[in-house]
Amino acid sequence: MNKHLYAPGHTACAGCGQSLAVRLVMDAAGKNTIVANNTGCLEVFSTKYPESAFEVPFIHSLFENAPAVASGVEAALIHLGKKEGTNIIAEAGDGGTADIGLQSLSGMWERGHDILYICYDNEAYMNTGIQRSGLTPHLANTTTSPKGQKSSGNLRFKKPIPEIANAHGIPYVATASIGYPQDIQRKVKKALSIKGPKYLQIHVPCPLGWQFAPQASVDVGKLAVETGLYPLFEYENGQLTAVRKITPKPVEEYLKSQGRFKHLLNNPEGIAQVQAVADRNIAKYGLKAENTSA
Amino acid sequence: MKEFLEGSMAVARAVALCRPGVISAYPITPQTHIVEELAQMVADGHLNAQFVNVESEHSAASVVLGGEAAGVRSYTATSSQGLFLMAEVVFNIAGMRLPIVMTDANRAISAPINIWNDQQDTISLRDSGWVQLYMEDLQETVDFHIMAYRLGEDKSIMLPVMVCMDGFILTHGIETVDMPSQEQVDKFLPPYKALYKLDVENPMTLGPLADPDYYLEARYAIHATHKKVLELLPKITAEYAKATGRSYNGLVEGYQIKDAERVLVAMGSVCGTIKDVVDELRAKGKKVGLLKVTCFRPFPAEQICGALKNVARVGIVDKSVSLGSYAPLAAEMKAAFFGRKKKPEIISSFVAGLGGRDITKESVKEMFSMLTQKEKACEYIDLKPELLKENYE
Ligand SMILES: Cc1ncc(C[n+]2csc(CCOP(=O)(O)OP(=O)(O)O)c2C)c(N)n1
Ligand code: SF4
Ligand SMILES: [Mg+2]
Repeated sequence: MNKHLYAPGHTACAGCGQSLAVRLVMDAAGKNTIVANNTGCLEVFSTKYPESAFEVPFIHSLFENAPAVASGVEAALIHLGKKEGTNIIAEAGDGGTADIGLQSLSGMWERGHDILYICYDNEAYMNTGIQRSGLTPHLANTTTSPKGQKSSGNLRFKKPIPEIANAHGIPYVATASIGYPQDIQRKVKKALSIKGPKYLQIHVPCPLGWQFAPQASVDVGKLAVETGLYPLFEYENGQLTAVRKITPKPVEEYLKSQGRFKHLLNNPEGIAQVQAVADRNIAKYGLKAENTSA
Repeated sequence: MKEFLEGSMAVARAVALCRPGVISAYPITPQTHIVEELAQMVADGHLNAQFVNVESEHSAASVVLGGEAAGVRSYTATSSQGLFLMAEVVFNIAGMRLPIVMTDANRAISAPINIWNDQQDTISLRDSGWVQLYMEDLQETVDFHIMAYRLGEDKSIMLPVMVCMDGFILTHGIETVDMPSQEQVDKFLPPYKALYKLDVENPMTLGPLADPDYYLEARYAIHATHKKVLELLPKITAEYAKATGRSYNGLVEGYQIKDAERVLVAMGSVCGTIKDVVDELRAKGKKVGLLKVTCFRPFPAEQICGALKNVARVGIVDKSVSLGSYAPLAAEMKAAFFGRKKKPEIISSFVAGLGGRDITKESVKEMFSMLTQKEKACEYIDLKPELLKENYE
């Protein structure tokens, strides 16, 4: 068996979708890769001194600056004449990407660095105990968007980061999910074959924060895609070039798989609101599979 | 009413009793429980406030700046990296004389990243113009949040106040706390009336450019106001004692120092541990004591020097350090004593507890015993030489 570039022995929760995604990403990227990581679950569970799960060069600086740190690494490699053949990956959680680190990320995109940025989207600040982020989905219960007598959870909608990435005119933007492991690896390889800034957002279910059994991570990931709540697509040079087609399942199936939506189950209005989110995605990205009867 | 409460929960309740209208904060360990609790109170309709979920601490601080500038009592809380990301806004808030109250859950600074307690975060912002109060236990923490609003909002002060509580030790510790009633707090803390605010009825410009003709005076005014805090705070604590029956000095508090020959000076929760050791050593006939510094900004130099003028040997316990120089509290105390006739023969400086290294009773005893030796400039307590990669002797 080949050695993984992201080794076991880290302290992620059982069934952690993020940890699974990182292993897939690292194996696809290969050993000539340097990783810059924002603060978050990943950096905490994989690099507690004196150990590290990373078999490639890895740097963690702060919560909001991995894209700028990676930009500096790229500059140094160019200066040394060593950029060719070395991949640079900057990565973070959804909070580090969509909220506190967005400025740094926008700068990296705009300056045109040859860096693949990966957002591991577990839809909340998990490392600090499940607070909402700009990528927390509509009506999810988190500790700072709690359900309560006067609230049914997070009232906002997921920030359209892939669209924001596109608006920067970068050459490659894609989404992926741990429900589809080979697809993740294909997209990482494709991204790394393209010069310039790339953005890949991977849906990584979190058993602890979403409240489901650890063995269900991959299935929960698939359901998000199959309901239209997490559309998988690729943009190349601003053009939508591929989507994963689905025969949409009702969102209720997805909602009832996780405790964070439990308060919606006796709330038909809430379910309808979430269904409307899925329907908008399905229409926008043309997700519905044609009825091919041949 | 006496209740058995987690520190963060107690702070959230105390803040709610102050009826803030704008709350904004961003998650960071070990502060987060405080805002989670406040978010739940708002979600349940128990607290009539706007709770603004933001994308970073820079925005959390800016939101409360805006809220307070519009004339509404505002609250935020943070820790460590979060406080540092706020730093620019923190100075700005003081410069604009906005009496915001912030809780900082004291935590070490990265790198290496470490979520455990020391006081490097708030100490590093000591020059920001905020009043800084350091808490020993949960009862103090609750009471000083309420007094913080009263102090900061006083028309003669108009300054923001940072209530500093040791992360985990206090934020996650559980103690019996006597929560004041809403009536008591309402009586003690009147609704906030801003001296200046953003108001269409009475337009004014906040945060203008001050050229060299004006800037110096703006800074001097804050500096001079800090001196007034030293006079006002003990009066406010006295009034609070009338309202609740609990009395504090607010600046410094001595414990067994009257006839003491050796005294440790410290801030925050470690004072509890030191008191235990003082009791043990006193039982053995040793004349030891503690001077607790509650108020670090403004710096109560007169009170400190007065309390220690007859003590022969003084040791200062800092949970932070100015790397490359001295430990902060020690440096300020030495400066305060400089040139005075009556002062300790020895003023030793100890750095302890960085990054959550436990300051045990043994550590405290070691410091007391070092006070019998020659003066220590900046002695690291409980250092593990075997972990150092080089020899620094
Ligand atoms: C400036 C600053 N603010 C807050 C924090 C505390 N903090 C560390 S990780 C984290 C949440 C990370 O969330 P996300 O980026 O979604 O990653 P996850 O842990 O969910 O994988 C927070 C709030 C910090 N380290 N620095
Ligand atoms: S909290 Fe979630 S993201 Fe963090 S380690 Fe556990 S499962 Fe993974
Ligand atoms: Mg996250």
